[in-house]
Amino acid sequence: MCRLAMKTASEPFSPYSVLQAMEAMQEGYDGSGLGLLLRGVTFADYKYKSGDPILSGIAHTESALYRLNDYMQDKGFTLKYDHEFDTDFSLVEAKDRHQYFVRVYNTPSSWDSFTQEQIDQELMLTRLALRKNGEENNGDLTVFGFWPDVAIIKEVGWPLTIGDALRLSDNRISSRICMAQGRQNTNYGINLYACHPFFVQGIATMTNGENTAFIPIKEYLSGVHWPGYTGYQSDSEVFAHILHYVIRKLKLPLEAYKHVITPLNSVELSNHPQGDFLKGLRDVCRRLIIDGPNCVMGTLPDETTIMCMDSKKLRPATIGGNPGEWALASEMCGVDAMIPERDKSLDFQPMRENSIIVPPDRKEYKIWSQFDPFPLHQAA
Amino acid sequence: MVSIRSIPSTPSSLTYHDLPWIIEHREDRCQLCGRCTSVCPKECLQLTYRRQRMPRLDILQKKRGSDYKTFVGIRQKTDLDHRCIGCGMCSMVCPNEAIGPKPNANDERARFHSYQKLDAAKRGGRRNDRSSLLDQIMFNRISMLTDPALDAGRHEFYLNTILGRILSPEEYLRRKQTGEWIPPTREIFPFIIGSMSFGALSPNMWLGLLQGVAYCNEVLGIPVVMCTGEGGCPPWVLKSKFLKYIILQIASGYFGWDEIIRAIPEMQCEPAAIEIKYGQGAKPGDGGLLMWFKVSQLIARLRGVPQGVDLPSPPVHQTLYSIEESVMKMIQTLSMAWDFKVPVYPKISGSTSAKSVLNNLVRNPYAAALLIDGVDGGTGAAYNISMQATGHPIASNLRECYLDLVAQGKQNEIPLFAAGGVGKNGNVAQNGMALIMLGASGVHIGKYIMQAAAGCLGSEKDRCNVCNVGICPKGITSQNPKLYRRLNPDDVAQRVVDVFSGIRIEMKKIMAPLGRSQCLPIGMSDALGIADKDVADKLQIKYVC
Ligand code: SF4
Ligand code: SF4
Repeated sequence: MCRLAMKTASEPFSPYSVLQAMEAMQEGYDGSGLGLLLRGVTFADYKYKSGDPILSGIAHTESALYRLNDYMQDKGFTLKYDHEFDTDFSLVEAKDRHQYFVRVYNTPSSWDSFTQEQIDQELMLTRLALRKNGEENNGDLTVFGFWPDVAIIKEVGWPLTIGDALRLSDNRISSRICMAQGRQNTNYGINLYACHPFFVQGIATMTNGENTAFIPIKEYLSGVHWPGYTGYQSDSEVFAHILHYVIRKLKLPLEAYKHVITPLNSVELSNHPQGDFLKGLRDVCRRLIIDGPNCVMGTLPDETTIMCMDSKKLRPATIGGNPGEWALASEMCGVDAMIPERDKSLDFQPMRENSIIVPPDRKEYKIWSQFDPFPLHQAA
Repeated sequence: MVSIRSIPSTPSSLTYHDLPWIIEHREDRCQLCGRCTSVCPKECLQLTYRRQRMPRLDILQKKRGSDYKTFVGIRQKTDLDHRCIGCGMCSMVCPNEAIGPKPNANDERARFHSYQKLDAAKRGGRRNDRSSLLDQIMFNRISMLTDPALDAGRHEFYLNTILGRILSPEEYLRRKQTGEWIPPTREIFPFIIGSMSFGALSPNMWLGLLQGVAYCNEVLGIPVVMCTGEGGCPPWVLKSKFLKYIILQIASGYFGWDEIIRAIPEMQCEPAAIEIKYGQGAKPGDGGLLMWFKVSQLIARLRGVPQGVDLPSPPVHQTLYSIEESVMKMIQTLSMAWDFKVPVYPKISGSTSAKSVLNNLVRNPYAAALLIDGVDGGTGAAYNISMQATGHPIASNLRECYLDLVAQGKQNEIPLFAAGGVGKNGNVAQNGMALIMLGASGVHIGKYIMQAAAGCLGSEKDRCNVCNVGICPKGITSQNPKLYRRLNPDDVAQRVVDVFSGIRIEMKKIMAPLGRSQCLPIGMSDALGIADKDVADKLQIKYVC
């Protein structure tokens, strides 16, 4: 079973501290991989200007790196900063890694006239093009993200070992949010892309279960024919896409996510103040209902954090912390490891109907219940 | 010596071993009560005196000889009209197990004589083909180690499906905001009692089904619905609150629709849905047929026709010119009749043109679903040739349609329902769930429910199948009070309830190991496997062996 750890704090912190929480939770999992997402990134040796897109991934060969450079140059991106990992390759299980990269680019000048939506679209298409480029060349190039403020690292092996290999403890890279998930996906072959967190246009989720409704959901999302809804090398990749769909395509508030993935049953909805609307929403989003045990943790571009359970709460999780810093983890000891000094009376384990939402100000977290009225004007 | 001319041999004379069923009678057990002969719907038993030799051997006197005795035995009639249909009623009533039909292991030559009286063979019942592709499908994506497994007995499962057109999420939100019309939907149990008309079924059978359905809904909370078939609906049902469990069918004969339309102002609630029948899987391209034997006074009155005449419905809706028009006119008109509050959907027979019908429906904002009926369905009366050889198997037809919707991103919008051979060998939950995982939102069951709930004797081995001529030995499909009084509606209702609670348990037993409980696994094709490579490729499921 995968382990999830996430920390969100107003002051940037090192991802290594989250990896230590992964280590604390090691019992009961096989440490077969690590996915790390840093949001609100700062670099010790570079003054990063928020809003510049960060490209993160792995070049497996030198020629892949050259191709990447050429591609970016051709498209008019200028390289502003190339974070150099002080990599100890002897600690890396895989032997075909040439370079891990986290690079800051300047967007092409031709984008100056673009609307935000167009820019978002172009950034995503660039990532998809690079991904395709890697696939066409025997998978020698793996790109996890190309988005402002976000750096993503994925590798096969024990989380802490990977952290040591990349020397993440040296504080040269830190962030206000760090999401970490351990373990490769269970149901398919080992694949770097398939490691959580999943990411599309700034929206990221990770989860620790099995989504048995994967095929119908995948088929539905693919049917939307939107270029970003692609990939699906893991049965939980769809969680991120559903969140994206709910927020960006349907333009519903974050609270709607829980209603879409785990709707209340008909009897509960008939007693709900907006039952009529929600029943309709459940029906129209019927294909997006997730099934199977899962704790889902996600973050949005504005640094909002969300955590919720499957509808039977088969995968519990805990949030704890202090105003200004919160830790969320699938195991209690994970929270303890991330924020040992905290007011434990604030710890909370959400029930099946709850979504935990930590707003960007991080002063306190919100426990929102599906039985509560739904924050949408037209729905009332 | 018997003279040659006295041997009754005509071109169509048969011996009893030429018939599909041979009656065996044991004189040593027969107590001459005569029950078998009175119950036989085909009048195929003829009591005759028989002579039996009794060998006599006197050992002391070393003498042999023969005595003879006479007894009453059975002679089986050998003309086709009176052939034994293997229903077994005679053995059911015999107090001494002295009589019963045996399937003929020999070549049965009777089939060569099925053209009689200037007509081809017609029958009710089933296709007489045991094989079932659905039976071979396995559910094999089992969440066992990866997850704490669900407990079918303890956890809560959501088993219902949705009947009715579903908008795309974007369109739903837009209409909700502007207050526009949202198509009506129903939350129903995915196993639906398919169309069997009041007319095809006896009043007792129909009442039993309705009682059972009402109990399932109101007491057990299983929202089962049933379809009337063509032929209307008893007026008291139309005006009762049970109407909400009923799908009213309109077919090309429009039988019973005068009554229905007239009853609209007095309806207490809306029907579950309206089904427009364009075709039936067991006899595609052929209309409905209620043979004169079954057009009793009651049926004649309900349907507004004279008593005792054949009631054929034309194979097509005569008022329609094209599919576009049909879809527009009929679906829209019927939606309008119920103020756009009732889902209206067509039923077509499985065929290679199902996909084009579907694509037409996708573009019609009023179409609520599509029901595809495959070749294995049953019928109240059909030409043998249509039943045996015309049509399209349901699995691939449904799958193609579903995948077509998937490609368009519309699989959430037009729910597909499948019928035809679900549970033909008794595996109703397995068959139904296989179809659901291939993409159906639900399945219709007809023959299965007759067999399970009323003890229909028919089998896929040409047993019985006299549903068309009104002599149903169980009283299920007969309009003759002498026969249908054999069937107690309360017992049928009890069986209906048993069946649906049984299906509900089995559905959970299928869904729990797959790790599904929140939503019916519609289109969960990754859970399916079959030990036939070609089928696996065709259906796009796993090949396992
Ligand atoms: S099996 Fe049925 S048809 Fe045959 S003799 Fe017995 S009662 Fe008559
Ligand atoms: S028992 Fe009745 S319904 Fe069943 S096959 Fe025979 S005639 Fe038809």
